[in-house]
Amino acid sequence: MNAEVRPIRTAAESALAELFASAREDAPGGEAARRVRDDAFAAVASRGLPNKRVEDWKYTDLRALMREARPLADAPTAEEMAAARAMLPLAGFDAQRIVFVNGRLAADLSDVAGPEDGVSIAPLAVALASDAASALALKGVPNDNAAVALNTAFVADGLVVAVTDGAKPGRPIHVANVQTGDAHASYGRVLVSVGKEASVTLVESHVGDASPHQTNTLVGLDLADGAEATLVKLQDEGLGSLHLATLGARLGAKARLRTVALAVGGVAARQQIFLDFCGDKATADVTGVTLAGGRRHLDTTLVVDHTTLNCASRELFKSALDGEARSVFQGKIVVRPGAQKTDGKMMAQALLLSETAEANAKPELEIFADDVVCGHGATVGALDEDLLFYLKARGIPQAEAESLLVQAFVGEVLEGIENESLREALTARADRWLAERS
Amino acid sequence: MLTIKNLHASVEDKPILKGLDLEVKAGEVHAIMGPNGSGKSTLSYVLAGKDDYEVTEGSVTLEGEDLLALEPDERAAKGLFLAFQYPLEIPGVATMTFLKTALNAQLRARGEAELPTPAFMKLVREKADSLGISTEMLKRGLNVGFSGGEKKRNEILQMALLEPKLCVLDETDSGLDIDALKVVSEGVNALRAKNRGFIVITHYQRLLDHITPDVVHVMAQGRIVRTGGPELAHELEAQGYAAYVADAAA
Amino acid sequence: MPAVQETVARVRAIDVDQYKYGFVTEIESDRAEKGLSEDTVRFISMKKGEPDWMLDWRLEAYRRWRTMTEPTWARVDYPAIDYDDLYYYSAPKGTKSGPQTLADVDPELLRTYEKLGIPLQEQEILAGVEQRRVAVDAVFDSVSVATTFKEELAKAGVIFCPISEAIREHPELVRKYLGSVVPTSDNFFATLNSAVFSDGSFVYVPKGVRCPMELSTYFRINEKNTGQFERTLIIADEGSYVSYLEGCTAPMRDENQLHAAVVELVALDDAEIKYSTVQNWYPGDSEGRGGIYNFVTKRGDCRGRNSKISWTQVETGSAITWKYPSCILRGDNSRGEFYSIAISNGRQQVDSGTKMIHLGKNTTSKIISKGISAGYSNNTYRGLVSAHRRASNARNFTNCDSLLIGNHCGAHTVPYLEAKTSTAVFEHEATTSKISEDQMFYCQQRGLSEEEAVALIVNGFVKDVLQQLPMEFAVEAQKLISISLEGSVG
Repeated sequence: MNAEVRPIRTAAESALAELFASAREDAPGGEAARRVRDDAFAAVASRGLPNKRVEDWKYTDLRALMREARPLADAPTAEEMAAARAMLPLAGFDAQRIVFVNGRLAADLSDVAGPEDGVSIAPLAVALASDAASALALKGVPNDNAAVALNTAFVADGLVVAVTDGAKPGRPIHVANVQTGDAHASYGRVLVSVGKEASVTLVESHVGDASPHQTNTLVGLDLADGAEATLVKLQDEGLGSLHLATLGARLGAKARLRTVALAVGGVAARQQIFLDFCGDKATADVTGVTLAGGRRHLDTTLVVDHTTLNCASRELFKSALDGEARSVFQGKIVVRPGAQKTDGKMMAQALLLSETAEANAKPELEIFADDVVCGHGATVGALDEDLLFYLKARGIPQAEAESLLVQAFVGEVLEGIENESLREALTARADRWLAERS
Repeated sequence: MLTIKNLHASVEDKPILKGLDLEVKAGEVHAIMGPNGSGKSTLSYVLAGKDDYEVTEGSVTLEGEDLLALEPDERAAKGLFLAFQYPLEIPGVATMTFLKTALNAQLRARGEAELPTPAFMKLVREKADSLGISTEMLKRGLNVGFSGGEKKRNEILQMALLEPKLCVLDETDSGLDIDALKVVSEGVNALRAKNRGFIVITHYQRLLDHITPDVVHVMAQGRIVRTGGPELAHELEAQGYAAYVADAAA
Repeated sequence: MPAVQETVARVRAIDVDQYKYGFVTEIESDRAEKGLSEDTVRFISMKKGEPDWMLDWRLEAYRRWRTMTEPTWARVDYPAIDYDDLYYYSAPKGTKSGPQTLADVDPELLRTYEKLGIPLQEQEILAGVEQRRVAVDAVFDSVSVATTFKEELAKAGVIFCPISEAIREHPELVRKYLGSVVPTSDNFFATLNSAVFSDGSFVYVPKGVRCPMELSTYFRINEKNTGQFERTLIIADEGSYVSYLEGCTAPMRDENQLHAAVVELVALDDAEIKYSTVQNWYPGDSEGRGGIYNFVTKRGDCRGRNSKISWTQVETGSAITWKYPSCILRGDNSRGEFYSIAISNGRQQVDSGTKMIHLGKNTTSKIISKGISAGYSNNTYRGLVSAHRRASNARNFTNCDSLLIGNHCGAHTVPYLEAKTSTAVFEHEATTSKISEDQMFYCQQRGLSEEEAVALIVNGFVKDVLQQLPMEFAVEAQKLISISLEGSVG
């Protein structure tokens, strides 16, 4: 389906080609990296940005959403650093915080004191220098996916986090991303490996000013046997920005992954999640909340690939939509031949708060093993009138009653965040969204 | 206190209430009895202001104020309380949160100060204890996983907390065993007061053994067709509604 | 585990040789030249004695088809079809186009339908007082060979005849409705059908008439290397009701054969159409040789207020099934339903489902799909539910369940939900599982044999859909399910 070869033709596509041509020489990682980057960019260039006729992008037409390609961000100025400092997200949350401003590591704003025992944190450049090819062409993510390929082609900064076998650092690691200043494109990549029986909590946050930035981030998560990881993400970019994000996670035997994401920002955003079960008896609990109003477009695309025995995955995604917002949920559970005793359940729910909001869902099952229990559900609807009446009959006004019901709706996901201050921070952000809509 | 005059109401263009008159004075308990389909529950929904229940004629005033012009939450703030026949479950909204939101919304609407959290908690615990509602239940999602009896007790708790002027109990006895019925009735009786009126809607007389009404009305075909004292309830229990169904049809 | 293993073994052992409709009728045929060109289209039109407008319609479709490419999005895999290596028209010799009495029908054909269990003798059915009567249109390769009960239906004002006859006798109705639900440009296979369709059924039920009996069409592909391209058009005028049944079989042959049909349904105000299919085309042998490629476009248009269209399908045959009977819910308060049982075994590939397009206000739709995969087959449910911005209060409920028997098969679910109005309420649920050990144990503990238990559970699994079928078909469908899956039961 993707085999159609066409010359670059939109303005954004031509601009991307020019940007790539000028950036590739100076991109970190040397010759080996360059080859991977060239291949990655060629994959995008040959097909162009994906449009709605490409099945995976049916509801999120990247060619239409990305009319222009923003210039690559320069190193932030002093002013921009100051602005970033004022915007830092999740300020009250205790963690080892590493801050990126416009895609560049901002040492001044980061907690650079030695990490806890068993944890090493290094700039992405280090990994590019030692094994550029594997740091760029990740296992477990579709490297020809347009968002992934663009990240590979352009990414210049990021982090490599390693947690050694058995280590259980007490403080979470918080990677904060701030976009500020003139409209720009910024790319980031965080590679995390969690050793055997180790456990870590990683928090990823994104904020930005109102300029129409373009951000593209990739998180690669590698869980060894028995490893445990919690990943919490707050996507609260400026309302002008286009946010493309990819999470690729590989789970070893008995590994456990929990993710909770709250997406409230961006004029258009797409979160892609690829879960790859590589060992037996691993479990993943993948959840997310999307809140959108205005004419915003938020997409969650998920592929859960079961190749091993006795694994379980739970996916729960909720969106509340106001104005003329559109949500997209594409989720696919794949059970490969032989992946017996797989237990996969996926649920996508959309709440339409205005007449003109729109929800699209495509929950898929692709199953090649018989001894499995898999299912998915999807619901779309407005707030329950009977519940609203019950609340109003107790004296609660319409707007407040609506907020209460939406809070309960998204609370089911946000309550999954174990860290209390983090849970409160994300819940407060959701509440603020509700307060602003009414 | 509550005055209903010539009330006509339709649901999906089907007339259900056809000229209902009723006057409830402060301190009185009125029982409305009647066969299934006579419009009893419709009356409760019309009073509370549910969508799809369209008033086509007549008036309803609470202490002289036109109720029909108000939104459901405004009616509640004016002191109208409906104990639902089927209380709704709202997963994710803790009962405690719900009670606090409702009470403060009503206080706000009446221009009164909101209750500080500690005072509120103390108040709720007190009232909950007397109804046998545990703290654990208050933490759970509203009515989620509650038994039929627990849901009805939770309705009475809300009534006690919100201190309405006029309480409408819609088939509060349905689905209750005798012990639960006693607890609920005691809760209601404790709330009887000089400045508060009650409309107790029921199909059976047994609830009225526990909550003694001042006035008993028989409703049929969308109207009050007979009014009497508590003895009327016993008469109905003995003779059934057949006579009224036939009368109203004729 | 042993119980299921044995079941799996049993299912594997069932060869498609069980296909009991695999015989060939020896009859001389009148065929068009092999291949497809404008001349082929003209030849078919001429054979049917069609008016010029019909020929022009076909030619336009043909020219458009030449510019189109075969769709590849379905989860089916087959070698490229050489459209120039097919016969597009084949008729048993001696059948002339046009109306005919049963007396004119070649006795060999009557015997064929007798063997298939399809009664073409009106009097025989009339003799059986208890039996419900069903009018039959029998389509053999490219032509309709007989239509029963025409006169009796005519008394009620119902028109039931081959579409070729309708084009000549009722051009005003055909011109008004043909292509109005599935336009000639709709998709590759529908466009091909528009160019070369040779026969099919036409039904018109006038205002306020409840069709006095079930109507049915029985399709039979007999000739080698012949594509069957039938076209069915059913119009239920205001306040009318019709129930229509469709059955299909074909001989066992080593080559694949192409069947590309188009069915259009139109329901006007307050009308109801119930369309049931038992599709049992030859599925190919256990190695995947031969079998019918079934590429079908079926769509119903609930054009009027309060109209209703209900599709029920039992799909057990064909090497490849590519079929999405759909409803366009245009009229306010209209209702669409899709009930499906799709069973795949051997090397069969099924990609089937429905589209419910909500356009009018207060429209409702319901989808119940039961897929059962066994052997080395692949079975995909693919469906779309969409509510247009103005389709206020659209309601959909979808349930699609898949059952896997054996671990070499695949079961897939690909639903699309698109809600553009906040007043829409869509609910979708899907599950995939195997027959539960606990259920098997429970049944066996109560004294059922393994085979009986499997049959019971599978029948329970598909019951919601079987109930939708008219009685005569339900019995047949149940038998077919047993043959397709169990073999040893009973």
